[in-house]
Amino acid sequence: MADDKTPRIDAATGTEFKGHEWDGIEELDTPLPRWWLWTFYATIIFAIGYTIAYPAWPMIDSATRGVLGWSSRGALAEEMAARDAQIAPLRQAIAATTIDKLTGQPQLMQAAVEGGRAAFKVHCVQCHGSGAAGSAGYPNLNDDDWLWGGDLATIEKTITDGIRNPDHADTRMSMMPAFGRDQLLTGAQVDDVVAHVRVISGQDKRTAAAQRGARIFADNCAVCHGPAGKGSRELGAPNLTDGIWLYGGDAATIRQSVWNSRQGVMPRWNDKLDQATIRMLAAYVHRLGGGEATPVETAMAADGTTNGTNGDAGQ
Amino acid sequence: MDKLVMRTGGWFALALVAFAAMLAARDGGFAVHMGIVCAVALGLAVFAMRSADYGAYARGLVKMPADQGRYYDDVIRWGVIATVFWGLAGFLAGLFIALQLAFPALNLGIEYTSFGRLRPLHTSAVIFAFGGNALIATSFYVVQRTCRARLFMPKLADFVFWGYQLFIILAATGYLMGITEGREYAEPEWYVDLWLTIVWVSYLVVFGGTIIKRSEPHIYVANWFYLAFILTIAMLHIVNNLSMPVSLLGSKSYSAFSGVQDALTQWWYGHNAVGFFLTAGFLAMMYYFVPKQAERPVYSYRLSIIHFWSLIFLYIWAGPHHLHYTALPDWAQTLGMVFSVMLWMPSWGGMINGLMTLNGAWDKIRTDPIIRMMVMALAFYGMSTFEGPMMSVKAVNSLSHYTDWTIGHVHSGALGWNGMITFAALYYLAPRLWKRERLYSLRLVNWHFWLATLGIVLYAASMWVAGIMQGLMWREYGSDGYLVYAFSEVVSAMLPMYLIRAAGGLLYLSGAIIMAWNIGMTIAGAPLRQEKPMHDADYDAAADRPLPAAQPA
Repeated sequence: MADDKTPRIDAATGTEFKGHEWDGIEELDTPLPRWWLWTFYATIIFAIGYTIAYPAWPMIDSATRGVLGWSSRGALAEEMAARDAQIAPLRQAIAATTIDKLTGQPQLMQAAVEGGRAAFKVHCVQCHGSGAAGSAGYPNLNDDDWLWGGDLATIEKTITDGIRNPDHADTRMSMMPAFGRDQLLTGAQVDDVVAHVRVISGQDKRTAAAQRGARIFADNCAVCHGPAGKGSRELGAPNLTDGIWLYGGDAATIRQSVWNSRQGVMPRWNDKLDQATIRMLAAYVHRLGGGEATPVETAMAADGTTNGTNGDAGQ
Repeated sequence: MDKLVMRTGGWFALALVAFAAMLAARDGGFAVHMGIVCAVALGLAVFAMRSADYGAYARGLVKMPADQGRYYDDVIRWGVIATVFWGLAGFLAGLFIALQLAFPALNLGIEYTSFGRLRPLHTSAVIFAFGGNALIATSFYVVQRTCRARLFMPKLADFVFWGYQLFIILAATGYLMGITEGREYAEPEWYVDLWLTIVWVSYLVVFGGTIIKRSEPHIYVANWFYLAFILTIAMLHIVNNLSMPVSLLGSKSYSAFSGVQDALTQWWYGHNAVGFFLTAGFLAMMYYFVPKQAERPVYSYRLSIIHFWSLIFLYIWAGPHHLHYTALPDWAQTLGMVFSVMLWMPSWGGMINGLMTLNGAWDKIRTDPIIRMMVMALAFYGMSTFEGPMMSVKAVNSLSHYTDWTIGHVHSGALGWNGMITFAALYYLAPRLWKRERLYSLRLVNWHFWLATLGIVLYAASMWVAGIMQGLMWREYGSDGYLVYAFSEVVSAMLPMYLIRAAGGLLYLSGAIIMAWNIGMTIAGAPLRQEKPMHDADYDAAADRPLPAAQPA
């Protein structure tokens, strides 16, 4: 077949055969489809044009920069600058307004809450969850149960300085002793205290163990948690009677808390975020549901602290 | 007798070496792997020692006809069985990890069944086990017939096939035990890479040798593509896996490259694994099985030359488009993009040549479900080779990158193109290799076709929606200048799409199970299934006329 002098014509298409044959497969001598060829040329011309316009050809120690002068870092910087310029006036206004004054300016407050909502999604959801509902060890921010206080200035202080940051003098600090591990109490005594806490939190009936535990509680725990176990915000000592638990309220978990202590850490944000962002986060968390009104004397004290530590952060 | 002693002793010595390596291993995974090698070598020693012809027994079990002498087909028959088996395994793994994404509890809380370990199991099973066995089997079939020559060194061909299965077993068990280089589609560690290199070079010798001893004046286009695939994969595999083992008795190794050079080498490899494994190799299958099944000449010899060389030349430069907007310098990103755009037409050359080969036989789409599969494969090939260049354009990539759009793109290519053309080739091969009149059932092929097509549509459409939704949600800024969505909100928005995707995977797997049954019955030589023939209404010339309105008054 390959030796045919006059090419045969394929009846179905009217095209000449090429004259090859393998295992019964032949080939037609159809020319390249024009649209295919021209589109191929067009992509090549586009490619040449694009490599002239944009950084493309590697030279000895760098590459051609392209006549448009475009670079991916430059494009990013431009977009970020445009976005920063867009929100700059608002951020300046928020940074210039102390948080207790923010309540008086509903429009600015609303802008702060919206900004805080966005910042929360980036920086806070990892521990506190997308809905700010927390999980074991990470407080729920939607309720009105606050370890350190729930007014605007206190929340701002907590975010700014964090909790139990070893490298930061202004951080919120309190250390519950590890009563079992450090042998301040015997195992039996710890069990009695746990029984007592189960009683004051309304989960168990009063027993002999709980009564023994009440005396141990008065001697060892009441100094921070209060005689009735209602907690203390100055020390970040939780209220043990409200049925809201950071780590869990079952006997085994409470026993672990007493035995080892917990000492959870929240990072401080004054070395990562600027004043305006922290203020917006505080406004957002305050608005989540459990925010408290500002007590007059606390607001003044907190005001002084935050201005002192963060006057220049990130601005 | 001396030969027998030598052979048995050799296998036994290898078993001892593997056993010693197992005992001295630095980590558990390496010990398990050496244990597998030891067991295989011991098995082969026993096999060599006994006079019983286990090979003949095994061939009898899967009803292989006696070797006909002209072509060496036993290894191809094993290849067909392996392709079906690994296909089922790979699709099942895919369905399972799709369900894991929708229901994370299916990670089962143990490391061996976590998504991170099962995902490479799925990708390697479908690409290298299913696709690789299909390529090896069909290339041995096609090269013999189009060269009119018996396979060069048939024993070496056996080694290629069985050695490749050992590679698959070592790779797959390694993933489950957490042995990985962390390089996508090149996860196996250094010693498995070395083994694959030996197997692959043997493959090149068998294939190249058969071409050299051909009794045809010209080399058929399918063989160009097979040869390009085998050669380029050898180069990619070796360069990308250059690494230094921590210990010769441990599984861990470190790459020869670092930082962005490492990333670029990996994606030069990764993209060309797509280009030469999943495109060139499968185009070779297409170039043989489509004209054979359609019984029509190839559409255009010239197009096959031009699109072959342009595809081979352009593909190798396109890898940097996997690293848009990363630490890779801008100039390399630009070149990756423009080479991908230029790749559009060379890729479509294969689709045109395949589809237009049906000129004069288009009616077979109605009557032949295997042709139907081939047409669908070519349609998906065309679609994903348009989608690829489009996604490589930086503006599009800034939306699509890191989203499920990429997953959808890969699967429209893998399920639609690679899967469908492989199924069609298997349906073509099974009755011919086992000397049956025809397949057990053509109606079941039709069922397979529709289940697979519907599965792909669900898969691709849900991943397009998911990917574009993801991309848009990630970048959405509110009018006040802040991001609108948290990452976790984007994740939870995907659930319905993940469920649709899993449903698509289930349909695709169901089709493959039907195929396994159909091919199994064909191999077993069961009487043909009693069914209505596939033929539809005959052509009615009287009805084929222009609409009255279209006629000139």
